[in-house]
Amino acid sequence: MENLKETCLLGYHQGKGAKLEAFAGYLMPIVYTSIIEEHNSVRNNVGMFDVSHMGEILVKGKDTCSYVDHVFSNEITSKPDGKVVYGMLLYEKGTIVDDLLVYKISDQECLLVVNASNTGKDYTWLVEQSDGFDVTVANLSDDYGQIAIQGPNAEATIKDLFDIDLSELGFYTFAFKNILDCKVIVSRTGYTGEDGFEIYGDPMAIRLIWDAFDAVGVTPCGLGARDTLRFEAALPLYGHEISDEITPVGAGLKMFVRFEKNDFIGKQALEEQIESGLKRRLVGLELLQTAIPREGYPVYSGDNEIGYVTTGYLSITLKKPIAMAMVDVDHAKIGTEIAVKIRNKLVPGVVRDRKFLQKNYKK
Amino acid sequence: MSKLLDGLYYSESHEWVKVVEGNTVLIGITDFAQSQLGTVVFVDLPETGTKLVKDAEFGAVESVKAASDLFSPVDGTVIEVNEDLIGEPEKINEDAYEAWLLKVELDDLEALKDLLGKVDYAKLSE
Repeated sequence: MENLKETCLLGYHQGKGAKLEAFAGYLMPIVYTSIIEEHNSVRNNVGMFDVSHMGEILVKGKDTCSYVDHVFSNEITSKPDGKVVYGMLLYEKGTIVDDLLVYKISDQECLLVVNASNTGKDYTWLVEQSDGFDVTVANLSDDYGQIAIQGPNAEATIKDLFDIDLSELGFYTFAFKNILDCKVIVSRTGYTGEDGFEIYGDPMAIRLIWDAFDAVGVTPCGLGARDTLRFEAALPLYGHEISDEITPVGAGLKMFVRFEKNDFIGKQALEEQIESGLKRRLVGLELLQTAIPREGYPVYSGDNEIGYVTTGYLSITLKKPIAMAMVDVDHAKIGTEIAVKIRNKLVPGVVRDRKFLQKNYKK
Repeated sequence: MSKLLDGLYYSESHEWVKVVEGNTVLIGITDFAQSQLGTVVFVDLPETGTKLVKDAEFGAVESVKAASDLFSPVDGTVIEVNEDLIGEPEKINEDAYEAWLLKVELDDLEALKDLLGKVDYAKLSE
């Protein structure tokens, strides 16, 4: 366990007896009491996650917008200050460096929030691409702690506790707020399919805010529930649904690529891929008998292996065995009969859409 | 400290065996095994009539996050499957020694002597 980094909330996790594991170089809580209880608290009430391990990279300078739009699959130049935009960093060949949120602070300042496991790689990539742009790129990950507070009662919890009204803060927007005398960023974003917020600030501030949430009974949730929640919402996770071998087109994320904007890294490769057609793409699966289709399990059509499960669970909310999988395009149509190989048995299932769950975003 | 019962036979892969009568035994997973796994959400068990081979995989118990293979502690034939666990697999968490998985007719009762007693198994599950 040595050489692992600690978030500002590790002491809390240890005090609660959370099961801790190494994740992206950090010692992180996987579960406090029960993944099922933590998952349900977010679906039905309110839960909070320590996501201080996420990477924060600040881009500043005259060319901020043109630079971000050069490296980002989505588009930032036309967006108002205070907007959060989801998209990807792409390699020239169209595969994915990382997926991320861009917080547009102003025309000359954007905060890029990236996956913890990719922060170092992303930072190096971003610096390399900044030649010729009047920008500075700084990795501020160690300066920020982060809490995700998620669930239908997240907004009311913040209102009651801090007297801060977030009812006007729109989906995928952010604002600077003072909480417990600390300046923090609050955005209406998350990774659960529920309404909720992410709060970024100095690690000391994040500890104070976390303890305040804890004192009013917000359920602490580990990375275990974070994964079951994002999976049901069909949100991709780097290294699973997306990777440096998968493009946004194959992963069903084309809506987060703005082809009509000026040139950006990876654009040409994606256009060629759309022109020539995909080999495999991401689909939803549902098994027709109870079994659990887990990550890496092969997907079959008859005797032919046609793909693999990227993430799968016995869904806690839906109580059904469902999965996301990469399959050959010939077998990707909704309703196609497939089977997943589980402990040497072929368990029958069908291709379905990835709208596993009605998302409860407040827009 | 996980719970152990007297009079049971234990395997290194964390199954228990209880003699019911004659060559008939019940097989389950230990309290230590269920505590390591967390809430059991699914049990994958063989059908009645299946031949079990000692140390060979015969199914799995699964939590939200992980599937844990089951290895047979004995040679024998499955004569009954605990159907109660299909709808309520979490019974294994409530009492791992009540929630048996399979009733098995042993090929050889004497072979149970190769399994561990409570004291030796306790050393494995500390």
